[in-house]
Amino acid sequence: MNAVVEARRNVRVTLRVNGEQTEVLFAPYKTLLEVLREEMNLTGTKHGCELGECGACAVLLDGVPVLSCLVLAIECEGRSIETVEGLARGSELHPLQAAFADLGGTQCGYCTPGILMTAKALLDKEPDPGRERIREAISGNLCRCTGYLQIYESIEEGARRMREEAK
Amino acid sequence: MSTRKRFDVVGKPRRRVDGRSKVTGLTKFADDVVLPRMLHAKMLRSPHPHARIDAIDVSRAEQHPGVHLVLTGRDFPVSFGIMPVSQDEFPLAPERVRYVGDPVAAVIAKDEQTASEALDLIEVKYTPLQTIATPEEALAHPEARIHEYGEHGNIHRIQAYEFGDVEEALAKSDHVFEDLFFFQGNTHLPIEQHASVAAVDGEGKLTLWSSTQVPHYIHRALARALQVNAAHIRVIACPNGGGFGGKCDLHNHEIVVSRAAMRLGRPVKICLTREEVFYMHRGRHPVLMKFRTGVMNDGKITGMHLQTLLDGGGYGSYGAASTFYTGVLQPVSYELPRFKFDACRTFTNKPPCGPKRGHGTPQPRFGQEVQLDKIAEKLRIDPAELRLNMVAKPNSLTANWLRIGSIGLAECIRRVVDISGWKDKHRKLPEGRGLGLACGAYMSGAGLPIYWNKMPHSGVQLLLDRSGQVTVFCGATEIGQGSDDVLAAIVAEVLGIDAFDVRCVTGDTGLTPIDLGSYSSRVTVMMGNAAIQAAERLREVLAEAAAEHLEVSPERIVLAQGRAFLAEDPGRGISFRETVELAEAKHGTLGSVGSYSPPRAPARYKGGGVGPSPAYSYTACVVEVAVDAATGWITVPRVWIAHDIGRAINPVSVRGQVEGSVYMGLGEALMEEQVFRRLPPKLSGALVHKIPSLLEYKSLTSLDMPEVETVLIEDPDPNCPFGAKEVGQGPLLPVMPAVANAVWDAVGVRIDEVPITPDKVLRALERKAKGENPRVGPESFPAVPYPEPICVAPPWEGGDGNASKEKRKAPARKLEGMAAS
Repeated sequence: MNAVVEARRNVRVTLRVNGEQTEVLFAPYKTLLEVLREEMNLTGTKHGCELGECGACAVLLDGVPVLSCLVLAIECEGRSIETVEGLARGSELHPLQAAFADLGGTQCGYCTPGILMTAKALLDKEPDPGRERIREAISGNLCRCTGYLQIYESIEEGARRMREEAK
Repeated sequence: MSTRKRFDVVGKPRRRVDGRSKVTGLTKFADDVVLPRMLHAKMLRSPHPHARIDAIDVSRAEQHPGVHLVLTGRDFPVSFGIMPVSQDEFPLAPERVRYVGDPVAAVIAKDEQTASEALDLIEVKYTPLQTIATPEEALAHPEARIHEYGEHGNIHRIQAYEFGDVEEALAKSDHVFEDLFFFQGNTHLPIEQHASVAAVDGEGKLTLWSSTQVPHYIHRALARALQVNAAHIRVIACPNGGGFGGKCDLHNHEIVVSRAAMRLGRPVKICLTREEVFYMHRGRHPVLMKFRTGVMNDGKITGMHLQTLLDGGGYGSYGAASTFYTGVLQPVSYELPRFKFDACRTFTNKPPCGPKRGHGTPQPRFGQEVQLDKIAEKLRIDPAELRLNMVAKPNSLTANWLRIGSIGLAECIRRVVDISGWKDKHRKLPEGRGLGLACGAYMSGAGLPIYWNKMPHSGVQLLLDRSGQVTVFCGATEIGQGSDDVLAAIVAEVLGIDAFDVRCVTGDTGLTPIDLGSYSSRVTVMMGNAAIQAAERLREVLAEAAAEHLEVSPERIVLAQGRAFLAEDPGRGISFRETVELAEAKHGTLGSVGSYSPPRAPARYKGGGVGPSPAYSYTACVVEVAVDAATGWITVPRVWIAHDIGRAINPVSVRGQVEGSVYMGLGEALMEEQVFRRLPPKLSGALVHKIPSLLEYKSLTSLDMPEVETVLIEDPDPNCPFGAKEVGQGPLLPVMPAVANAVWDAVGVRIDEVPITPDKVLRALERKAKGENPRVGPESFPAVPYPEPICVAPPWEGGDGNASKEKRKAPARKLEGMAAS
């Protein structure tokens, strides 16, 4: 019983989410997914299995896509966490977001945050990836609505708009 | 309806109105609802496929720190079920469990972790009963009866219909093809797990936020299950993170959290685990089928006798309707002079089956389209030509008295033949590569609701105010398919404004007029027609006010591009907002309503209510496969698909629905299966789900998805809003048989069942190598005690849509006339 109580005693951790430092109190067994959604009210990050199978909970940890359902939040102290809430610049959509909205890259929208974050990580490294690289990059994100094709097109269009902006 | 031919919104590729919300993560799904003082629920589920509950001891769970309430079957005396004829479920099983996963108790605690711990403290004593694992076992064992209702034994539904003397038609045919097919069950797999939050408001009334496709049906069923005045319940369908039919039932957990919230006076949330979603199921019925089809030398069908046997699982769900749907839409694609259809749904000790995309129709469609391929092969007719030669006629009646309106099937076939290079490739590609063609048809909304009533199927309410704000209220539910966008687009088109200027309030039984829900591909047609009526009524008022101001007659006023102006002098006009101000000044508060009921179906026989629809959509599909003869592995490099949409309201969304259907169809064709296994005897021997996880339940990833070329055939249907038919389900149907037919073309083996997995291909190739029948599929059809058929003469045999008292023999000359035509 003591062990259970001990395991439940909240820990105080400073997380840097979307560039913002926040001190959060949570039980040490909580995953990053749970802390984001339940302790920080960042419900933009979704879950479809909580077992690392679907990719819906993907966020960026130091710029790399991770499944937040498989990461303990306690391990994220001092690391950079990016979620879908951090994509838009103020009220202006990130080019990837705009492309997804325009080109049918989102239908029900449930897998969308995870795919957006995965795509952002790809484009941050490779501004002009080919279709094959895009297919590979999002192969861990399941989508049941679109059949993926409009997602590829959205990522390609988002990449194009990002390159335009960078000029 | 507006007589303007040019559209400003309809038909234009646009960002959907809820697109921004979805890409920012702001769309509030049910599990995103967080309320102050909210508690969390978890449910204890049966480890036995079939057992009597002897005792449940919850005392230790109740004393677990942080637990607020423990509920069992005793707290829910009233049974429920989504269909009035199948009130066979309990929120928590009181005395019997019928599948592994059937819930028996629930814990409400301060958090999920505490609730899960308390579940382990509940002691349930079971006496296992005989497990009924398959329909064959259900037929063989009437005892250990799973339910006390239904036809008899473990048969839930059994029925037979005959539209003209099929035996006579077969006897006079040049060929009779007899084939068995099996379609394995599969599940919806929406990425969103089902979630619900229930809360009691300040007035003591219940609100339920839920992942549901059918808030109105849930509202009705929940009121009955809880024995609470429906006027004191509000059901809010949150946008669904995918539905596909899996969120159409009233689910146990929705009732459990509602009861708990009422008992505790605090909000209660539940979110099912992925494993629980597999147990919730209500997915595709496994169906065994037997087709006997008479064919003339020119390939025309003379008659068809279809027998189906459905594995229903542990409860009724929508099964009474599913049973009908394994046959009733067969006659809407091709001329079918005579049709006999026997169907039987059995109960088994597995998660209940229900409606999944295509609801009951993909299974017989698979059989029919593969059989047509065999017929074409045998008669040496091109499969596309065979079909083109017998496409059903527009504005006609089918043998079973369905009224077909527009039909773009021939055009669909011609287009996929053209763009796929069919004529150069079919039967001409090197060994291991092949092309398959198949077609499909689906209804644009069921003609009848699931409970008998004479009220509209969809209602829309519009509210305008002097700020120029347009708000549209409708019970329709956004499940990802884009129903909010269709609603906004239609209102915007009629009122001459931008779709983004319309605010949609949908899927809320406390605020919105009733719409029956997002199922049976009904929303665009039914909600859309209701929206047009409501918007036209307001448009008239606005045009009148503008006309008065501009001192012209109202017929000369055009509402477009955010203005009201003169048709012949567009410069002379006023803004939309000014128009609304003038109209509000003239008439007072501006609002309107519209509603829609489908046309009355011509069928008069009992059971004729399943199948009628305001319009049918059609699809043709060509799939290319590459089959590795060494491994049996199938890859699909490309798919060509043409869909008869009537008119695309938003072509971006329509293409997404078609491609999503191809994706899901390939999953069903190649890998998806909801299958079961026996645990080892030392563990209990229980019949359990083989793969209740997203990792092991295989579905296509981005790496498996082929290129898809989509063609939309736009021939507006007069029954539909701006001519738009359905697209959410129809395009799925031809994919599975097209894959099977392509495998035949590639390596000369017939896999007469889905999924078509590598092991089956290899087995068939081995048989082929040995000179045996190169086929894998069901070998026999059990003796099913189908009743004497209800006989209904087809329209061309002098019928009036009623059942005849005696089996009616058709005059021979009529039959010959049909066969020769």
